[in-house]
Amino acid sequence: MNSDDDALLEDLLAGKYRALARVISKIEDRSTGYRELVSELYAHTGGADVIGITGSPGAGKSTLVDKLAETYRERGETVGIVAIDPSSPFTGGAVLGDRIRMASTVGDMDVFVRSMSARGTLGGLSTATADAVKAMDAFGKDKIIIETVGAGQNEIDVVRTADTVAVLVPPGSGDEIQTLKAGILEIADVFVVNKADRDGADRTVQELREMISLDDGGQGHGSDPSGHHGPGTGVGHGTDTDSSTAVDDGTVEEWTPPIVETIATTGDGIDALVDELSAHRTYLVESGERATKARNRYAEEIRTLLREDVHAILEDELERAGGTDELADAVRRGETDPYTIADELLDPVERCLEELDVEGSGEP
Amino acid sequence: MSNDQGAIRCLVAKVGLDGHDRGAHVVARAFRDAGFEVIYSGLHKAPDEIVQAAVQEDVDVLGISILSGAHDTLVPKVMNGLEEYDAKSDTLVLVGGVIPEEDRDDLYDEGVAAIFGPGTSIEETVEFVRTNAPER
Repeated sequence: MNSDDDALLEDLLAGKYRALARVISKIEDRSTGYRELVSELYAHTGGADVIGITGSPGAGKSTLVDKLAETYRERGETVGIVAIDPSSPFTGGAVLGDRIRMASTVGDMDVFVRSMSARGTLGGLSTATADAVKAMDAFGKDKIIIETVGAGQNEIDVVRTADTVAVLVPPGSGDEIQTLKAGILEIADVFVVNKADRDGADRTVQELREMISLDDGGQGHGSDPSGHHGPGTGVGHGTDTDSSTAVDDGTVEEWTPPIVETIATTGDGIDALVDELSAHRTYLVESGERATKARNRYAEEIRTLLREDVHAILEDELERAGGTDELADAVRRGETDPYTIADELLDPVERCLEELDVEGSGEP
Repeated sequence: MSNDQGAIRCLVAKVGLDGHDRGAHVVARAFRDAGFEVIYSGLHKAPDEIVQAAVQEDVDVLGISILSGAHDTLVPKVMNGLEEYDAKSDTLVLVGGVIPEEDRDDLYDEGVAAIFGPGTSIEETVEFVRTNAPER
């Protein structure tokens, strides 16, 4: 690491906002030296709770995040927010508007809001997000919120970098809930029916509850009419075990996503949401799930990094081979096909690996 | 391994009691189409809020739109705020709106890089940003 980055890291750890902002820029730009910087950050992380908030456009994510941040601040905790907006696939440009909704916490530097656009490719966004979260964690933020539109694999990968994921469902989604099933249901730890004062909110809650109970294998977890069923209300077991405690054999009962109704514009239900988020955190710790999640996440980070590195090596190789234009033209003329070309280009790499294998097997 | 993918980041800000945001919207759109990442502040922001956003977002360019005539008090407040966070020297600050000729030198003295009045072409503004965005 060069001396500039050393100073930057020192400033970040000392709590200078400018340094945190600059480190996140380096992460986003993947500028020279950012890897060493992030490596150094790891030693200082682990203190923060990372919460992912996702939902369709207009569901009220930014407003909810704003109110969440305000609530955490009232409780004396510092907050970092990474707000992700799509970028144009054509120009790379983006208008990042999430800040407009974050009005409750302006003038409070202890709420650090960072807008990021979905630039980059091949899992680049989730890597950049995870690294930005690392930077905020190392800076000393207690709660870090990742906010993103829940559309597409890219965004799902992003929220998966969080410990706890809340999915926002606007009322009257009706059949939309059916489409939520694929992908979104699996990642939700908490469901939030926002704009709960609107028509159709009750029905949406009902539909969600049915969906959750189906997903539960019909154990009856979802039959609690109060709409509040935290970790293990014990309904399906016919016992009166206190909620959020372990069942008799000492293992922690599986988590069933609760449904929280909120009105983000007025702050209604935000306290309930904060409670559920913290209940989920408790569950993660007690069940050992937090460690498992962390392990999976690091495994995924390693894979993504390797994929990007290999990809970069291959891009260089491709450049040396004269770029894709000539090759693509050959395919167009019917002289060859993409599979053959890929095989030919990969051949030297594979041979290198085989040679390494041979050498390696000679060792005792 | 790194491959620089730096995009120019801009904050387009409306400051003070001034509800005229058409110009700011047009500029935000144009910047987006030019491939910049644009953060839009929303209306009626205090200088502190602008500074907070500019520092946290680590923008290369801060474009302040003022049509209220209060530029002579608001702009210095923003500049002082940037200074406080060591962000003044490497942020390109632009002012757009109706700024009388006699006020301009004061703004330049404050550290404003350029003032774009009515009739400025979008191309000119975009080109200015491309040429002058700080190298980091």
